[in-house]
Amino acid sequence: MKLDGNAIGGLLGEIFVEELTIARSTCGSCGAVREVGALSVYAQAPGAVVRCPDCDAVLLRIVRSESRIWLELQGVSCLELRAPGV
Amino acid sequence: MAGAAVLGRLSWLLAELVETVRETPRVVSLVLDVPGWAGHRPGQHVDVRLTAEDGYQAQRSYSLAAPAAGERLVITVEQLEDGEVSPFLVEELRPGERFELRGPIGGYFVWDGAADGPLQLVAGGSGIAPLMAMLRHRAEAAVDVPATLLYSSRTLEDVIYREELGRLAEGDSALTVAHTLTRAQPDGWEGYARRIDGEMLREVLGPPDSGATTFVCGPTRFVEVAADGLVGLGYDPSRVRTERFGPSGR
Repeated sequence: MKLDGNAIGGLLGEIFVEELTIARSTCGSCGAVREVGALSVYAQAPGAVVRCPDCDAVLLRIVRSESRIWLELQGVSCLELRAPGV
Repeated sequence: MAGAAVLGRLSWLLAELVETVRETPRVVSLVLDVPGWAGHRPGQHVDVRLTAEDGYQAQRSYSLAAPAAGERLVITVEQLEDGEVSPFLVEELRPGERFELRGPIGGYFVWDGAADGPLQLVAGGSGIAPLMAMLRHRAEAAVDVPATLLYSSRTLEDVIYREELGRLAEGDSALTVAHTLTRAQPDGWEGYARRIDGEMLREVLGPPDSGATTFVCGPTRFVEVAADGLVGLGYDPSRVRTERFGPSGR
């Protein structure tokens, strides 16, 4: 089931203070710059896999258990977000 | 975890059902009171979390279907046959009962009003919910931009907010609402009677308008067809915002 970055806004909201779906991510594979809300999300349990909508490379993976969150950002070369409070 | 919001970070709040409004045979709107709710923007959603007596938790996302009125908000829920969350929300939840909710969530699929230029909306099924929030906001706040909605449903009975959409369009020459019914059409039906395609998008939304923002919401396949169709017509992909829905647990 393919979804958009919007779908993990709540999960990202547990980790980041700033709204992350409007942060810009740069794909480490093809260099495409997209807002997180526009990325492709595959949200089957147990985690979410986020892929580049341009080249399909895996950008990030998030797994959440009851007590821990794993955020893997290996495919993202840059994440640009608004500074808190601005 | 429920309780006061931690400043700046998303946390769970308690929502109390005020009223269930039947929209179609399979869809209801839930009017909720959420103490501590700080308001939201059109297009944002909430996460709903239900906890069983044995501790098992299920979580789903639902779009906010109307502008907030203080701490009162509305979500629209389609009952899925094998759903873990929607059958409870649609059939079992009674006024006065409470459940956990967090939000508002999302900044990408959000309409910023007149600054975003003319509003173009493409909805499939219950994907109308966040787009309805935009149309209701536009009407309440008298936002002075033209708006067009292309809405695909299976049958006339499945058209969510049908009367309200008719009323809104009737009283507003800057609002165009076009329906397509994909499965069955009543006698004398004058709208479209097929799945959306490039030709329909062109007829309803017109050629690409560099100042417009287009929001597409519906099931994954619907969104892909609509978004591809728009880009095929020359729409700038960065001005076409999509929200696919599915059984999105966290």
